[in-house]
Amino acid sequence: MKLDNLTFNGGVNVPHYKGLTEKLTLEKALEPEIVNIPLHQHTGAPCEPLVKVGDKVKIGQKIGQSEAFVSAPVHSSVSGVVKGITRMAIPTGLTVNCVIIESDGMNELYESVKPKGSLEDLSSKEIIEIIKEAGITGMGGAGFPAHVKFSPPSDKKIDTILVNGAECEPYLTADHRLMVEEPEKIVIGLKTIMKAVGVDNGIIGIENNKPDAIKALKEASKDEKNIKVVSLKVKYPQGDEKRLINAILGREVPSGGLPMDVGAVVSNISTTKAIAEAIIEGKPLYERVVTVTGNGINEPKNLIAKIGTPFKDLIEQCGGFKEGAPGKIIMGGPMMGLSQYTIDIPIIKGSGGILVLTEEEAKPAPIEPCIRCGKCLEVCPVKLQPLHLSKYSLKGMFDKTEKFHALDCVECGACSYICPAKRPLVESIRMAKREIIAKRKRNR
Amino acid sequence: MDSKVIKTSKAEEAALENILLVSSSPHIRSNESVQRIMLDVIIALIPAIIGSVYFFGLNALKLILISIVSSVFFEAIIQKAFKKPVTIKDLSAIITGILLAFNLPASAPWWLPVIGSAFAIIIVKQFFGGLGSNFMNPALAARAMLLTSWPTHMSTFTGTRPDVVATATPLAIMKYGMTADGAASTTVEAATSASQSAGAELPTLMNMFIGNIGGAIGETSALLLLIGAAYLIIRQVIDWRTPVFYIGTTFIMLMLLGVEAQFLPYHMLGGGLILGAFYMATDYASSPVTPIGRIIFGIGAGILTAIIRVNGGYPEGVSYSILLMNVATPLIEKITSPKIFGEVK
Ligand code: SF4
Ligand code: SF4
Repeated sequence: MKLDNLTFNGGVNVPHYKGLTEKLTLEKALEPEIVNIPLHQHTGAPCEPLVKVGDKVKIGQKIGQSEAFVSAPVHSSVSGVVKGITRMAIPTGLTVNCVIIESDGMNELYESVKPKGSLEDLSSKEIIEIIKEAGITGMGGAGFPAHVKFSPPSDKKIDTILVNGAECEPYLTADHRLMVEEPEKIVIGLKTIMKAVGVDNGIIGIENNKPDAIKALKEASKDEKNIKVVSLKVKYPQGDEKRLINAILGREVPSGGLPMDVGAVVSNISTTKAIAEAIIEGKPLYERVVTVTGNGINEPKNLIAKIGTPFKDLIEQCGGFKEGAPGKIIMGGPMMGLSQYTIDIPIIKGSGGILVLTEEEAKPAPIEPCIRCGKCLEVCPVKLQPLHLSKYSLKGMFDKTEKFHALDCVECGACSYICPAKRPLVESIRMAKREIIAKRKRNR
Repeated sequence: MDSKVIKTSKAEEAALENILLVSSSPHIRSNESVQRIMLDVIIALIPAIIGSVYFFGLNALKLILISIVSSVFFEAIIQKAFKKPVTIKDLSAIITGILLAFNLPASAPWWLPVIGSAFAIIIVKQFFGGLGSNFMNPALAARAMLLTSWPTHMSTFTGTRPDVVATATPLAIMKYGMTADGAASTTVEAATSASQSAGAELPTLMNMFIGNIGGAIGETSALLLLIGAAYLIIRQVIDWRTPVFYIGTTFIMLMLLGVEAQFLPYHMLGGGLILGAFYMATDYASSPVTPIGRIIFGIGAGILTAIIRVNGGYPEGVSYSILLMNVATPLIEKITSPKIFGEVK
């Protein structure tokens, strides 16, 4: 098997802009005075609150859960008092119930937060239960509950666990820093997942622009004969699950299918590290690494921030906005991140970064007619034809967009990025996807 | 430090909400632009422009300038008339102007490019919706129109000597043969024997390569056109597939059709094949966007060019081949829709 410079077809070279933070060691964020912890920050059913106003809570205490299988509990990230449970806007664009907790600054750990024993003694079932109870979700953005991913139906034979260290989004360095600073935990996390799913082949894929991370993980996994570290060519969107599987294993996830259809399960770096901590420290997912970065911020940093910390606090800790007004504030990276209209929103499990673009950088480019250069086609990792999809979508011909496989678009944004006419390609394809799904629901 | 630390006062937050731009991802864009692409094409054409002036004299420069100015003028006027935004800033009209002039003989009268560019810009380009929507290459369509309407003006080629004596293009020499007094012979046998006996009439290959031959203004110098083409391929403005498959297919087809090996290099270097393959067949709007479609386009144009040159009534054949493939482009695109990643049939 080839282990170096693996890649996929299509894709685009985007500037990295990682220099702002890639060498900065992880730093603990200041203790927030107030945290707003959303009860619904994952894919699946929202949680019901387990606490009420006035309750005293401790760090790691479960404060919300749902009976549904596809859901993940949430935990308090501070010790303190519940001040309210209200609907608030969160960075995903939804307005959901949030538990507002005022920190007492004592950082008292909840009683259940303690080591869960050694990996050898735990059964697959027990591991999955621990992961579920720790509220672990995919921390790369989609927020899919980890325990669901690790419990594939019995007819799907999984043979490989991939850990996604591509971090192909420009600017973001949260995963990079974790790989450099906590490689042992990532290896333990991977071993945990391998045991949970019952496979003995684990591969960590890292883009070539992070040689220090590759070295650290090779070192940390040198005694593990079932774990390999492979390097990936730097190309966007290498970190897309299906691209990663294709690059490393050469397999093609079928249209409309999931990684498990080709025997693979993919886990993000932050998620893998959180899983390790859930086992060795009994720590639920209540904090994560957030890269606060961009040319609009004074002192970019990689912060370990508690879930529920307002964006505002972290921006302030990074020296605030640079002279002049910020143009855009994005949760996540510039290619797939979500732009925000306020900084009064909390960090959630899926917030890998806060990116502040300057006014100049945020200025939208004027849209020109499509010149049919074919560049969007060339870069699309799914081999779609964005120019046609977009044209039909803008004309409201959604049946046509369905025939042109709009639903297979992974919304990576490579097409919009490259388009010389600055056409709103992903935007219009996203609209088509919504329409197609709405229509399917109506016809059911 | 000149930082503006945020305060949490309600007023400031409200202000921030009015400032922040909220839009769909991606939030960064490449620095590719339509204008930049067109500028690259113009840059690529500059060596050939300079060469044409060197070989054909100032009349070539005059025709090129008239062609450019009238193309840009007609684009602006028609967009004004249609009350559409004027887009001459995208530079595409300049390219049409240059390419049109490149297809004219150096002896053409000044009004030929004016009429040609009016037709190219108004009828072929803007009537069909402007840049990106024209289904034919405007410069080539205009050339075909001019050739039908003013055949003599369009095919009286001058040599490269300063005294500007009427001469024939190498392909015409090969096709019709050419006696010393310039009368064309009519049969193929005569052509072969004539071109053999009058071997002096065919320029040396070296002269053909650098462009020191009779022909349209911009099509004669393979060398200078290839320099520009290399630039366009390196800058990823054009796809190598179309020209490579076009020229390759022409070569193979000519061979299959029985053209003698010694004439093949003349066919490759002459008759606007290089100009057509690299600069016209690659026109975005009128050629397929799919990679396989581009290959098919090249192969189709190559087959047509060879057939027209050997069996047809014209010695050249590049323009008509490309125009025919332009018409076939929507169909080619339809049948070459790529199979998507993970497609289950
Ligand atoms: S990249 Fe833009 S201009 Fe080029 S074909 Fe696609 S949509 Fe059209
Ligand atoms: S069409 Fe979708 S998958 Fe293809 S490049 Fe555009 S956003 Fe990415």
